[in-house]
Amino acid sequence: MKSLTFAARLQRLKLGRRAVIALPLVWLTLFFLLPFALVLKISLSESMVAIPPFGPLLEYADQTLHVFLNLGNYLFLLSDSLYVAAYWGSIQTAFISTLVCLLLGYPMAYAMARAPLRWQLILVLLVMLPSWTSFLIRVYAWMGILSNSGLLNNLLMSLGLIDSPLRMMNTRFAVVIGIVYAYLPFMVLPLYAHLTRLDNSLLEAAADLGSRKLNTFLKVTLPLSMGGIIAGSMLVFIPAVGEFVIPELLGGPDTLMIGKVLWEEFFLNRDWPVASALAMVMLALLLVPIVWFHRYQSRELEK
Amino acid sequence: MRKPRMPSFTTVMLVVGLVFLYLPMLVLVVYSFNASRLVTVWAGFSTEWYGALFRDRQILAAVWTSLEIAFFAASMAVCLGTVAAFVMTRFGRFRGKTALSSMVTAPLVMPEVITGLSLLLLFVQMAQLTGWPADRGMATIWIAHTTFCSAYVAVVVAARLREMDRSIEEAAMDLGSPPLKTFFSITLPVISPALVAGWLLAFTLSLDDLVIASFVSGPGANTLPMVVFSSVRLGVSPKINALATLIILVVSLATLLAWYVMRRSEKRRLALIHRASDDE
Repeated sequence: MKSLTFAARLQRLKLGRRAVIALPLVWLTLFFLLPFALVLKISLSESMVAIPPFGPLLEYADQTLHVFLNLGNYLFLLSDSLYVAAYWGSIQTAFISTLVCLLLGYPMAYAMARAPLRWQLILVLLVMLPSWTSFLIRVYAWMGILSNSGLLNNLLMSLGLIDSPLRMMNTRFAVVIGIVYAYLPFMVLPLYAHLTRLDNSLLEAAADLGSRKLNTFLKVTLPLSMGGIIAGSMLVFIPAVGEFVIPELLGGPDTLMIGKVLWEEFFLNRDWPVASALAMVMLALLLVPIVWFHRYQSRELEK
Repeated sequence: MRKPRMPSFTTVMLVVGLVFLYLPMLVLVVYSFNASRLVTVWAGFSTEWYGALFRDRQILAAVWTSLEIAFFAASMAVCLGTVAAFVMTRFGRFRGKTALSSMVTAPLVMPEVITGLSLLLLFVQMAQLTGWPADRGMATIWIAHTTFCSAYVAVVVAARLREMDRSIEEAAMDLGSPPLKTFFSITLPVISPALVAGWLLAFTLSLDDLVIASFVSGPGANTLPMVVFSSVRLGVSPKINALATLIILVVSLATLLAWYVMRRSEKRRLALIHRASDDE
């Protein structure tokens, strides 16, 4: 090492630095970015009965290169009202669920951040613990609760509140409950992280200056926790739009969601090009929220 | 004398939220001990479903497959995610930084159906071009899980790296320690709790994934969520309740242990600060 000149050592450092950067960059480019290009490619190809079930984009025959860009899959999505309804249904359901998560999660996070210090760790662990168990099983739990002969109907009937069972399973109500239940921890945690950072002296100053509680909340607490609101809402909304398990297990024919439609196009109809087109349109719809989330998150990462 | 205070609105909501989170899990646990096959009618205490669960070869094989994939995916994700976090927090500006930080945050929110479909298409095209992977199974699930788990690890580790006192690293470098040695002898020990936390998070995420695994798996490899899903979509089954109870038990014990360890280290830290201030 000692015998190396300064320039040679600098050269080695630069090389090492580049190698270290390349490791995650190459892996993620290969297994995260490149696949999206392939989805785009296959969404433009024609469905075929073959293995794999799609046609080529380029073909070389008779000394001519034929380029096939089949826009049919996208036009098909537009022409069939099923797909438009599924996109719209997904966005509506995800929006309602995010709102419910926020309205329930914000006061929870607020109470956690105001709790005595020795309680805070316990409360954080209590909120997170369900998300470390199985997602699938937590959704499954609601099947036994919401079904016509389920626990909730039995309870309501034995209390005399209803005479005949309410239909709750296979409705949007059930899907929203499932999403709120599964994603609530991801809303609470970023909110809590922001609310604990909130400087108490600001609230005291506002109170000393005669600000009413609600006014202080609206003018001080809420704006300062905006980062947490955005992060939490995006962590719920974006995955919820593409959710498959919850509409499959708790939803029904009238709760069309795009994740489920994509799954069925792929696994049941084996129409890979249409499934790819569905994914590309979903990605385009979610691009703005994803960029929003990324901007917030990278600010957090580089702080 | 203090007047008994009314609990505030937010405290009430916190209790409501926690009850909402835990009641359905409690229901699962209670009904796993139900003698009846029907999950909604109580017919006396029984442990027969646990016996049935342990006799179910398919479920046991799937548990093993899932644990194996989760172990290797979490380990690889910790390596990749730590390097990514280090590069992003310590390397200043470099070409590709925006790309890297986008590829670290996007998997956190990307709908699983999109990730699953895109990776499957990648594997299919790779097989056409290079002959690998000839058939999909544990290896392809491992790659898929490593990729999305490393994003989570990167976020957890980056948070710790930012909190860490950088002057120790700088002091070591000023004294002539090469960067690689500084990383292994100074940085790594300091951030090791975050590595453990990241590994555990990646492990549970991998164990839990149904959608991505279903896309990239082949006929040979069935993970636990895949087996549970095919049973659950046919309706409620007490065997799954028994499985759920065991999962909840294991996760609760692990969380309790984590809480104990964290509380002890916090106490030790406070004691040290206390002693230091006494000495002054």
